[in-house]
Amino acid sequence: MSETGRHEDVPEETLPSERETAHAGAVQVADDPFADPGLPAHEHRVQDIDEKAARRSERTVAFLFLLSMLATVGFIAAYVIFPIDKIVYIWPFGHVSALNFSLGLTLGVALFCIGAGAVHWARTLMSDEEVADDRHPIEAAPEVKAKVLEDFAQGAKESGFARRKLIRNTMFGALALVPLSSVVLLRDLGPLPEKKLRGSGWKKGIRLVNQSTNLPLRPEDIAVGSLTFAKPEGLEESDEEFNQRIAKDALMLVRIQPQNIKDKQELAWSHEGIVAYSKICTHVGCPISLYEQQTHHVLCPCHQSTFDLADGGRVIFGPAGHALPQLHITVKDGYLEAVSDFAEPVGPSFWERG
Amino acid sequence: MSNETSATTTRRGKAPAGERVADWADGRLGIYSLAKANMRKIFPDHWSFMLGEICLYSFIIIILTGVYLTLFFHPSMAEVVYHGSYVPMHGVRMTQAFESTLNISFDVRGGLLIRQIHHWAALVFLAGMMVHMMRVFFTGAFRKPREVNWLFGFLLFVLGMFTGFTGYSLPDDLLSGTGVRFIEGVILAIPLVGSYLQMFIFGGEFPGHDIIPRFFTVHVLLLPGIMLGLLVAHLILVFYHKHTQFPGAGKTNNNVVGMPLLPVYMAKAGGFFFLVFGFIAVIAAVATINPVWAIGPYRPDQVSTGAQPDWYMGFAEGLVRVMPGWEWDIWGHTINFGVLIPIVIFPLVLVAIAVYPFIESWITGDKREHHLLDRPRNAPTRTGFGVAWLTAYFVMLIGGGNDLWATHFHLSINVISWFVRIAFFVGPVLAFIVTKRICLGLQRRDKDKVLHGRESGIIKRLPHGEFVEIHEPLNQEQLHTLTQHHQPEPMEIGPTVDENGVERKVPRSQKLRAKLSQGYYGEDNVIPKPTAEEYKEITSGHGHH
Amino acid sequence: MKKLSARRRHPLAALVVLLFALAVTGGLYAAFAPADKAQADDAAQSLAIKEGKKLYAVGCASCHGTGGQGSSDGPSLVGVGAAAVDFQVGTGRMPAQQPGAQVPKKKNIYSQAEIDQLGAYIASLGAGPSVPTKDQYSPDGADIGKGGELFRTNCAQCHNFTGQGGALTNGKYAPSLEGVDPKHIYEAMQTGPQNMPSFGDGSLSSENKRDIIAYLGAVNSDDTPSPGGLSLGGLGPVSEGLFGWIAGMGGLVAVAIWVAARTTKAKKS
Repeated sequence: MSETGRHEDVPEETLPSERETAHAGAVQVADDPFADPGLPAHEHRVQDIDEKAARRSERTVAFLFLLSMLATVGFIAAYVIFPIDKIVYIWPFGHVSALNFSLGLTLGVALFCIGAGAVHWARTLMSDEEVADDRHPIEAAPEVKAKVLEDFAQGAKESGFARRKLIRNTMFGALALVPLSSVVLLRDLGPLPEKKLRGSGWKKGIRLVNQSTNLPLRPEDIAVGSLTFAKPEGLEESDEEFNQRIAKDALMLVRIQPQNIKDKQELAWSHEGIVAYSKICTHVGCPISLYEQQTHHVLCPCHQSTFDLADGGRVIFGPAGHALPQLHITVKDGYLEAVSDFAEPVGPSFWERG
Repeated sequence: MSNETSATTTRRGKAPAGERVADWADGRLGIYSLAKANMRKIFPDHWSFMLGEICLYSFIIIILTGVYLTLFFHPSMAEVVYHGSYVPMHGVRMTQAFESTLNISFDVRGGLLIRQIHHWAALVFLAGMMVHMMRVFFTGAFRKPREVNWLFGFLLFVLGMFTGFTGYSLPDDLLSGTGVRFIEGVILAIPLVGSYLQMFIFGGEFPGHDIIPRFFTVHVLLLPGIMLGLLVAHLILVFYHKHTQFPGAGKTNNNVVGMPLLPVYMAKAGGFFFLVFGFIAVIAAVATINPVWAIGPYRPDQVSTGAQPDWYMGFAEGLVRVMPGWEWDIWGHTINFGVLIPIVIFPLVLVAIAVYPFIESWITGDKREHHLLDRPRNAPTRTGFGVAWLTAYFVMLIGGGNDLWATHFHLSINVISWFVRIAFFVGPVLAFIVTKRICLGLQRRDKDKVLHGRESGIIKRLPHGEFVEIHEPLNQEQLHTLTQHHQPEPMEIGPTVDENGVERKVPRSQKLRAKLSQGYYGEDNVIPKPTAEEYKEITSGHGHH
Repeated sequence: MKKLSARRRHPLAALVVLLFALAVTGGLYAAFAPADKAQADDAAQSLAIKEGKKLYAVGCASCHGTGGQGSSDGPSLVGVGAAAVDFQVGTGRMPAQQPGAQVPKKKNIYSQAEIDQLGAYIASLGAGPSVPTKDQYSPDGADIGKGGELFRTNCAQCHNFTGQGGALTNGKYAPSLEGVDPKHIYEAMQTGPQNMPSFGDGSLSSENKRDIIAYLGAVNSDDTPSPGGLSLGGLGPVSEGLFGWIAGMGGLVAVAIWVAARTTKAKKS
């Protein structure tokens, strides 16, 4: 074997392919103890020599196919017998749909038995003698390659592609331009962003309405340690654009003892410790609302960004890049209302956010 | 046997009907020439060669069940108030997409089963592709002439991920809608054009009314169409190249040993389709997947904890979860690195494994065809790289499920996130080193086995009281199998100064290549396999050393 | 009538009569007793507070202070109300065994009477939510669909879409709601135990809370149907992925091994 001997500088093309020839096949060193002994002799299976065993296999295969037939009949029967809303208790699966369970099992058995039968047939009754097939190199023989190159040169010459530059260049131009029409066609997929991502539905004087009770919120509704979700007054679930609006307008309201609020602006924008923050995470827009009332931290269930609601909604952990926007609120006629829109775009950041 | 065949082929006046049909087809399609090359094509037998079949069959199952589902599914975001069979959802507003999914589950008999088969098969499809890809990787089956087919397979895996994602989003339930919202955030994070792309893809502001119908087209037409094409190409190349085989007696680089397509593989592979289908049907009968009725319809202001994508997106999810929140504001423009970096790393990690065959062949300078598979231990650097890649992948899968690991193992998600942040960098390095050591250890053991035989477990007491274990010599077949692999020399640049003292210019790329080549074939990275001389010396002097 | 007289000599007849008599007596008592109920209640109330104080001194005072004013080991209990006591002690969370990120649920060691006494004592320290009555938390006749919507808006973010629980920061967690008494669910919403925010009546009306309880009863109880089969913990894609890999891929690889395995050879003779 040649592996052990050091070779001098080997040109790249021959490395390492042509260095070893020991396993090229027929060429074997006569006394090489590691030489390929060739394919082992075929050994017979029980089924090959014992007709009884072969019969048994045959019966097993037939039985499997028969079982499949029965299972298909069972499938049809189950389809007819079980009403779709029938729930049965089957240990250990629980209270499952009788129809789903029986259809699935019968279909599974019907299919599996066909497969099992076919494989058992192949494994025990079809010839298991291993045969060797020759491989041929994927690369073409040099003559073939030469012929192809020649043909190509001939074709290229006959086309005049290289000679008639005007044709070639204009064709390239035309081919390069024509896909533009498909790009243009995509323009109407959607509107331009313009200022759409900047503002929300909150404006001065819009009342905060409890998302759950659908009633305008009063300061006394919000106790220290509580969590309330709010939407702008006038936005109803049945509105056509409800989802687009709530995706930006959703609010969470908490009340923190004013002396515990660390951020000055937050305190100024709050009402007696009631602070209103956007419910939409500044990372990728999940409705963040896992509020821990003792720590005033709010966690996003999607990517675990954590914000401190007692400190201007600052990010204290996770992938979010900036604080939660706070809505400036006040009280008028006993009800909470917005003083203005959010000072910054809500939700995930984007290039023009600034 | 020969008697039987001659009996059945005895010609009567007219050819049998089957033959006449075949003649007709041959006259138009040339099927005899095709069959000549392929009907008795030899395929080697090994369970790991059937992993690709699992993928193929689950793909077919997905198409069959998917077509059924389109008969009942309404890809529409028009809103309705539900009054159907599932009582806990009565009076709830939802899109038609969600409503029709509930109807498939509760009103179409067998609809739930088909939905579950479709979804389970999708999970198995992606898992199968991953395992199949790893089999090909660790055995070196991607080497020439199969690099292009490796890329086809890789593309299928990536497209499969996105087909899965778009399909997962179609029911418009609370979990999948959260995933779509994530995609919106990702698109917005793309510098310069993010907000434009977001408007174009969603047809306006999130969520709009277009995304489900658009995803539907992508999911049922565009992506599966491309995948079907790639799949056919992948299979044609498998036929054309002929399957690789593990080394062994009689198995060389120039042959393929196995059993013929007709009848053995027709039965085995055909049967395996039914086995896979049947197995997945049973899973769909006993285990729920994606119970959208429990999850509820999507609303942008609602969410559930444990918001994860399907497993194949868990890697990307992990990257996004553990990324620190970096964000830059420069000249009035925002770059959201917290999202941008993960979604750049995600394809980079995938591409790293996709281009590996080309890197390896460049480093090793290997230009031969390879049809005999490597045992992973005999390619320690490659195996180490593969395990390192898998480590990074699975570390991120843990990151993607950090909240569930936290609750189920009573840990803190913050601690898990930090662990994942560190392990993503440290883990692969450790895995590489450890794997390589293990491979070298196994090579040493192989060498030992060749030279000294197999430990028989029989303890013999020698006359003077010493106990020795009897080593049984290996037979020729085993000796061949353990020594047939190549151990090439590392590339060397050679002397940079020739005999005349003139300095030769060596490009930097060549220097790097020589260094990397050392990493593959250098003395520290390979245990020289036993030579015939060593073997003879030891066996002839057996018992006297 | 003939039938009835025939059965008078039945061995169980005496028992039936006895039960009937008891029911009538009880009913009559209930009908006439309210006359002096207020007086009796007051007496019972002060007795309960006294008993509660004793229990408090033994089980709670070491952390929450002798007068419920709180200490470094436990918060003040002034104004938390009987509902908080009923929840914390009734679910076994209090008395806590050891400090930690969160006090877990465990086996309750107090009888309901003792809990009521403790509650009465704590309520006497400062006004707070009282223990809800059965018609406040009973899910009968509530709107399940509405409850689902409310649950997904207010609760699912921490407790998961069917109340399987979930992780919070630094080792804290939202517990599973499976098998939790409707009364305790109501009280938890009302009082906001530990890090859970409270959902007082201004935030979730009493009706809202009932809807939520009804929804939970429909989707997360022992006999909630899981039509598709094993619910895999109701945790979503992670457990589905694990099942797909272990059962799905694992099973298929086992099948593949069988398909490709060599058939047993006949023994050489």
